[in-house]
Amino acid sequence: MQDLKLKAADKRGIHQLGGDELVGWDEVTQGIILTSFEGDASNVAHLKAEERNYSDFNSYTATVASWRVQKPVFNIDVCIDCQNCWVWCPDTSIISRDKQMLGIDYDHCKGCEVCVEVCPTNPKSLLMFNEQEDLETALSQWPEKKKKEK
Amino acid sequence: MAITSIKNLKEFSTNNDRFEGALTLCPGCAHSMIVRELMNCTDDNLVIASNTGCLEVSTAVYPFTSWDTSWIHIGFENAATAVTGAEAMHKARKRKGTLKDNDAPVKFVAFGGDGSTFDIGFQWLSGAVERGHDFTYICLDNENYANTGGQRSSATPIGAHTSTAQAGTHSYGKKQKKKDIVAIMAAHGAPYVAQLAPNKWKSMAKGFQKALETEGPCFINTVSPCCTEWKFDPKDTINITDLATDSLMFPIYEIIDGHELNILYRPKNVLKVEDYLAAQGRYKHLFKPENRHVIDEIQKNIDEYWEMLQRREEARV
Repeated sequence: MQDLKLKAADKRGIHQLGGDELVGWDEVTQGIILTSFEGDASNVAHLKAEERNYSDFNSYTATVASWRVQKPVFNIDVCIDCQNCWVWCPDTSIISRDKQMLGIDYDHCKGCEVCVEVCPTNPKSLLMFNEQEDLETALSQWPEKKKKEK
Repeated sequence: MAITSIKNLKEFSTNNDRFEGALTLCPGCAHSMIVRELMNCTDDNLVIASNTGCLEVSTAVYPFTSWDTSWIHIGFENAATAVTGAEAMHKARKRKGTLKDNDAPVKFVAFGGDGSTFDIGFQWLSGAVERGHDFTYICLDNENYANTGGQRSSATPIGAHTSTAQAGTHSYGKKQKKKDIVAIMAAHGAPYVAQLAPNKWKSMAKGFQKALETEGPCFINTVSPCCTEWKFDPKDTINITDLATDSLMFPIYEIIDGHELNILYRPKNVLKVEDYLAAQGRYKHLFKPENRHVIDEIQKNIDEYWEMLQRREEARV
C-alpha cells in the first residue's frame, strides 16, 4: 500500500518540481490523477475484463473478500442464464460472458445476498454458505426441487 | 452507434462492465446498481463528475479508483458545474480541431446524492440546466445524508426517523414533506426529466439511453434504498424497491420538454403504503397508536399525487 501511495505521488508532479526533496504547499501541483489503465484506454468498452490492461490504481486489482461472512455458491446445473444476478449485483461480481453466467468473482463479492434473493429458479441456483465451506461440499448439500403448495 | 441493446437481459449482459468491484459501498447498496446500469447502456466514452457523497468517497479510496472512464470530483456541490465545464471545453476543442479523435462521441454525466442535489448543490444544478449544456444529471436519492451518519435532507419523507429528526416521545420523526425535485427540474424546461427505479431495469436503462441521446440538460431522479439508514437487511434492496414502486411511494414517470408527462410503470396490484413502511426500521415508530395519523397522511399524499400524475398524463399539458 505504501509503495502504491508513493507511486501515485509521482504522478502529482513532485519529481518534476524537485525530485526527492519535499516541496512547499504553493509548489505542489493541485489535485491528483489516477490512471485506471496502462497505455491506451480508448477501446475499453469493447474489451472484456480479462483482455484489459489494468493499472495498479484500478480497484479491480484490490479485494474486499475479507468483508464477507457468508459467500454465495453458484450451481450451474440449475441456472437458466436469466442474468437477474448480473444486472442487480452491486459489486460487479457476477462473471457473465456471451449471455452465460459463469460464476462469482470472490475477490469483489461482499456477500450481500442480493443475487440469491433475485434468483428465480427452483431450487435457487445461488445459495449462501459459510465462508469456510468448500465448494464441493456446498454443492453436495444442494436442496431438492420444492413442490408447489396447493 | 453506441447505444447498446436492452431488448432483454441476456443481450444487456453482453456489455463489458466499466465500473469495477472492490469499491467500499455497504453490501447491498443500490448506488452501484444504478451506476453500473448507466455505464452498461452505452458504449460511448463517458466523462463523469461526482458530488461528494457515498458514491464519491467509496469509489475513489486513495490510491484506488473504480472508474474505467474519465471521472472527476471537486466539491460537495459542483458536479453539475464541473461536468458542464468539461462539456464546454470539449465543444471548443472540437471546433478548433485539437482533439485526439474528433469524431468519437462523448457523453457527459454528473452524479449526486439527494443531499447534494436537493439541498447543497441545487443552485449549481439549476444554473447548469439554465445554461443549457448537453449533459445528464443523475440523482441517487436515498433520502438522507447517508455518508455522514443519516441526517435529514429535504428529500427525507414525512415521518421518517433520521439522526437529526429523531422519533421519540415528543416527535414522530421528520415533520416536513419531501421536496418534489422532478417537478422543479421540469419547470426549468429541461428536455428530459424522469424518476426511475433500479428494480425496473428496463425502464431505467431506456430512460438513461434517452437522457444520453437527448441534446441538452437532462435530469433523472433514481430511488436508491439505503440498507444502513433505512434499516433493512442488505439482501432486501430489490424487494424494498419493489414495495416502493408498487405502493406508488416512488411512481416511475418521465416529463418531456417540461410538459409531456408519461407514466412508465403502472403496478397491477397497488399496495398499501403500510407494507412499504413496515419493511423498514426507520418508520417503526409510526405503527404506535399515537402516530397512526402520519401513515394516513402519507397514504393521502400518495393518492393525491398519483391522481395528479394520471390527470396530467391525460391532459398532455
